[in-house]
Amino acid sequence: MSLHDQTSPSLLPMIKRSVIATIIAFFLFLPTLGLKTTASGGVDGLFLTYRWLLLGIGCGFIFVIRMAYELFWAPKDGDQKPAKTQSALAKTLGSAKIAKSVGPLLLAFAIVFPFLPFSDRYILDLGILIITYVMLGWGLQIVVGLAGLLDLGYVAFYAVGAYSYALLSIHFGFGFWMCLPLAGLLAATWGIVLGFPVLRLRGDYLAIVTLAFGEIIRVILLNWRGFTGGSNGLSSIPRPSFFGLPFNQEPGGFAATFGLEYSSMQRIVFLYFLILALAVFTFFVTARLRRLPIGRAWEALREDEIACRSLGINTVNTKLSAFAIGAMFGGFAGSFFAAKQAFVSPESFNFMESATILAIVVLGGMSSQLGVVFSAIAMVGGVELLRQLQFLKVIFGNDFDPSQLRLLLFGLAMVLMMLWRPRGLVSTRMPTVFLKDKKTVSAAMISQGRG
Amino acid sequence: MANMSNPLLAVRGVETFYGRNQALFGIDIDIHQGEIVTMIGANGAGKSTLMMAICGVNRAVRGSVTFDGKAIHEMPTHEIIRLGISQSPEGRRIFPRMTVYENLQMGAVNSDPKYFAEDLARIYALFPILEKRHVQRAGTLSGGEQQMLAIGRALMARPKLLLLDEPSLGLAPLVAKQIFDTLRELNKTEGLTVFLVEQNAYHALRLASRGYVMVNGRITLSGTGAELLNHPEVGAAYLGGGSH
Ligand SMILES: Nc1ncnc2c1ncn2[C@@H]1O[C@H](COP(=O)(O)OP(=O)(O)O)[C@@H](O)[C@H]1O
Ligand SMILES: [Mg+2]
Repeated sequence: MSLHDQTSPSLLPMIKRSVIATIIAFFLFLPTLGLKTTASGGVDGLFLTYRWLLLGIGCGFIFVIRMAYELFWAPKDGDQKPAKTQSALAKTLGSAKIAKSVGPLLLAFAIVFPFLPFSDRYILDLGILIITYVMLGWGLQIVVGLAGLLDLGYVAFYAVGAYSYALLSIHFGFGFWMCLPLAGLLAATWGIVLGFPVLRLRGDYLAIVTLAFGEIIRVILLNWRGFTGGSNGLSSIPRPSFFGLPFNQEPGGFAATFGLEYSSMQRIVFLYFLILALAVFTFFVTARLRRLPIGRAWEALREDEIACRSLGINTVNTKLSAFAIGAMFGGFAGSFFAAKQAFVSPESFNFMESATILAIVVLGGMSSQLGVVFSAIAMVGGVELLRQLQFLKVIFGNDFDPSQLRLLLFGLAMVLMMLWRPRGLVSTRMPTVFLKDKKTVSAAMISQGRG
Repeated sequence: MANMSNPLLAVRGVETFYGRNQALFGIDIDIHQGEIVTMIGANGAGKSTLMMAICGVNRAVRGSVTFDGKAIHEMPTHEIIRLGISQSPEGRRIFPRMTVYENLQMGAVNSDPKYFAEDLARIYALFPILEKRHVQRAGTLSGGEQQMLAIGRALMARPKLLLLDEPSLGLAPLVAKQIFDTLRELNKTEGLTVFLVEQNAYHALRLASRGYVMVNGRITLSGTGAELLNHPEVGAAYLGGGSH
């Protein structure tokens, strides 16, 4: 009897809350869904059309979802659930044992990926894109996740890397492997250049300055026409070759040398393994750095700068090294990007890129390397998935471009994150050092003594 | 008493500012090898500011700080620390997301790695609770444990001089007493020199060989611990109810 008394009267407040949500949604949707400006042929330019049906559908949708939430998922009064500490996914990914086997499994999958039956050119391109973002994510993770320096201009270093490769190979004829370290070095230098003025900034102020830095680099690329080609960009960048063997149909090319039939896929597969190798390199270097005193110092810096100083950590060097090393990996990725595209232009390096990379890091759980992989797959793969949703044209009309839903996906992912995993997909921070490997610790400490 | 001519730390006429507000006015302090020196003062007197000035976090605009015969008031903080001054800052400031063990490692960043195992064992012997909690996140320790960790972390640097800013802040009296007892023991057995800043005057002065009283950025009284404890001004201003 008491059970019955508790459940049925609460239906009314549920409906009430749903109606409130619907009303709020109505006002939000009114300008976005309900109104549409159309260009008329006349002098007046624009006029408004009303889309009441769409507005109605939107509001109805919200009401149904809110009602479903109230009925099935919302915490009921009186039933005090113990606070959920960790989801199953996070628990699995967070535990050291599983994490250790997930990594190699992912790598093995990545290696056989190009040879799987469904891997056509499109899928491989997508794979290359995802791995590039994984690499960028790992680079930015040093700055944002470990050192706690909110960098909104990371794309600048990606751009520096790309243009370094483009300019060096066009003007000096340097090959890929020559350009790669130079591009990384140049990007790292720019990382330090950015680092100096922002040494004393934290949080929002740092974010604003780095954001501006990213834009400055882009604007310079856009306007320094003689050097960078302006908005036309730089084209006919030499493509990377397989140890000197170009991917073409010539007798001296890759296919001819190995007695294979020429196919444009060979170059794609090569590029795929190139970025995979770069990403694996990035992984091992960053994983190693975390265990070194410098990595610990980055983390300590994120935790408490004053404490760091009172322990005698050189906070200036620590910050600059985070910026420089993070930027270096951005530079590597950038030079790969230029090599792959054979074309660079400022358009590829806008704020949206920085935001995507940052979102990947945040979504991944700030300090988990595995998390970055999953979130890069989710973010980049998700956008591609949207492109595939052509059936949505049936609902939204023929001129509807599903990939425009990207921002919506962004927002949705962020909201869901805040609800369920406010600290990222993989939020557990594994202690970098366990007691049993005391020796490596002390060995690692030696290098710290020098600097 | 200790060698009066050659203090380990000599603060001379130090003045510091926050913007245009002067926080310290001509501070003179001597700390000799093997001493425990306590400075008491009300909230906002400038005690933490002095600690920061010694470590070079806030710069002394005028005056000098000499440690072990070297002028340190113009050195960068990390170099000062490497000379053998360790600080446990106000509010503990442990690294909350790191484990106890990692926090202790951070304390040893500048010391010779060959002493690490030995130093760690020493800290764990001083504060056995830290050993029990060595893989626990430091942020989940109790206040007293965090304070022990902060002191342990400072000791990992093998300091010649340990600076402690209000170690008893927010701790239950019993825990505070335990920490003071440990300091006394360290001082007796290892001859560790300690400069302690406290509002909790009674225990801090009982521990100290000498003490100073700071009011509004100036030293107003100094003397042995016992002298200050029995001084009427100290009794009225700092010991009200603190003696039990
Ligand atoms: N960061 C700061 N900026 C400006 N004024 C400060 C700052 N820190 C401390 N002060 C001022 O300096 C004086 C001394 O502070 P502090 O050294 O923290 O005192 P105590 O440690 O003795 O409580 C106080 O008047 C305080 O308001
Ligand atoms: Mg203080």
